[in-house]
Amino acid sequence: MDTAQKVIEIVAREQHLDASQITIDSQFADLGIDSLDGVNILFALEEEFKIDIPDSIAQNMKSIRQVVDGLTRVMEGKDISDLVAMAKGEVPAATAQ
Amino acid sequence: MTELQGRKVRRVVITGLGVFAAAGKDSASFFANLLEARSTVSRIRQFDPSSLSVQIAAEVPDYNPQDYFPLKRLDLLDRFSQFGLLAAAEAMKSSGIEVREEEQPRFGVVSGSGMGGVNTLEGGYQCLYLNQATRLHPFTIPRMMHNAPTSQICMEFGAQGPAFTTATACSSSGHAIGEAFHLVKFGMADIMLAGGCEAPITFGMIRAWESVRVLASGNGDPSRACRPFSADREGFVLGEGAAMLLLEELEHAKRRGARILAEISGYGLSSDAGHITQPSVEGPARAVRMALEEAQVAPQEVDYINAHGTGTRLNDSTETQVIKKVFGEHARQLAISSTKPMHGHTIGATGAIELVAATMALDRAVIPPTANYTRPDPECDLDYVPNQAREKPLRVAISNSFAFGGLNAVLLIRKFQ
Repeated sequence: MDTAQKVIEIVAREQHLDASQITIDSQFADLGIDSLDGVNILFALEEEFKIDIPDSIAQNMKSIRQVVDGLTRVMEGKDISDLVAMAKGEVPAATAQ
Repeated sequence: MTELQGRKVRRVVITGLGVFAAAGKDSASFFANLLEARSTVSRIRQFDPSSLSVQIAAEVPDYNPQDYFPLKRLDLLDRFSQFGLLAAAEAMKSSGIEVREEEQPRFGVVSGSGMGGVNTLEGGYQCLYLNQATRLHPFTIPRMMHNAPTSQICMEFGAQGPAFTTATACSSSGHAIGEAFHLVKFGMADIMLAGGCEAPITFGMIRAWESVRVLASGNGDPSRACRPFSADREGFVLGEGAAMLLLEELEHAKRRGARILAEISGYGLSSDAGHITQPSVEGPARAVRMALEEAQVAPQEVDYINAHGTGTRLNDSTETQVIKKVFGEHARQLAISSTKPMHGHTIGATGAIELVAATMALDRAVIPPTANYTRPDPECDLDYVPNQAREKPLRVAISNSFAFGGLNAVLLIRKFQ
């Protein structure tokens, strides 16, 4: 199973939602995910993927796609400073991509 | 309305009751069990108690949280918060109140808990210490904090006024209700939900209480283990549950045509300042006198005391001395009962559960008995309404809560006139 699908499953499980309601483009706000829910989802992701998600990224994830991108790069050990900057709104998303 | 030191003093009435406890999942079934002296103490079912010396408790029977709350909601509710919300819901419903939006800032909550979210804490520590987890679930804090039930109740019912939590062990909800009463009396709120909730039946909690040597073991015959004021008493039995009362300013209650169950008119509180577990006579006596004085009630007017009556050697003989000291000759005319054999000692919820019992006794003119009473103790020689409910019109009733730590809370209610 790819990372995106796994993330969607975890979000669905933690939010008690049907996974079919969630896509890679879903925004947290549209799924009714508040800040505390977000922390809970990150906890579940860390448990599932056996990784640590840095607070700097964690606090700024707003969509499933951001989570998947962040996770992929954390797992591949890649530099994530641009993601952090993007999440903080310091650079336009287009440049960060 | 009168004035006291420049403050407007208002009358406060009880217009709603809610109970969710071992002895009943609503106030009507709770009081029916009390009148029938039916104990709800049994072998612990929430976990396997085989390795404990004390294997009994008063647990809410057949409780499935999902019957009451959606899963998403439950994620953030420790068991004690669940009980608190359920009792609050009945108190609101039974009062028939509909709090309008503009009234919300004048509507508050005070809830007591002695132990807090121990189920969450214990589960977390198991993960951390036993299973070598490197982190704890992010909901640990919002579930376990002592004020979680207060906040959850505020959110559920839109209470935006004064709100806080009291934690004074066995007096927690006595203090909660007393403080809420004063908030209404002195004009800082018009409507208060007040009470307490506790869910202390965990392996670690029983172990801790065992060590203090105050629990009745009675594993062979759980329903008879708690025997307050009886010569053969040997301790208390832990219980879980919650009770909430809706306190309302009298004119507010009248305007909406509320049914008034009782007037709450006295609150006494004191500290023994003596010993951390051993009760004194003078400390609790001061609290009872303070409640009488505030209510301007003569000792002779009191017809019923719902005693703290835990069933320990020391509490029951000390409480008997307290009653004699305050009431003198009238102590022998008073009806006194402990309802703990039926609902267990629910620590932070017990003051509220017992004030509900006293309110229903006053309202229905029938006193719940002290169950499991076998024979008199020379040190406990008053009328404890043994084993049989007693029909009797009541003018004034008192509910005592005396806590570990020597912190006492006494509430006085009277028939509304």
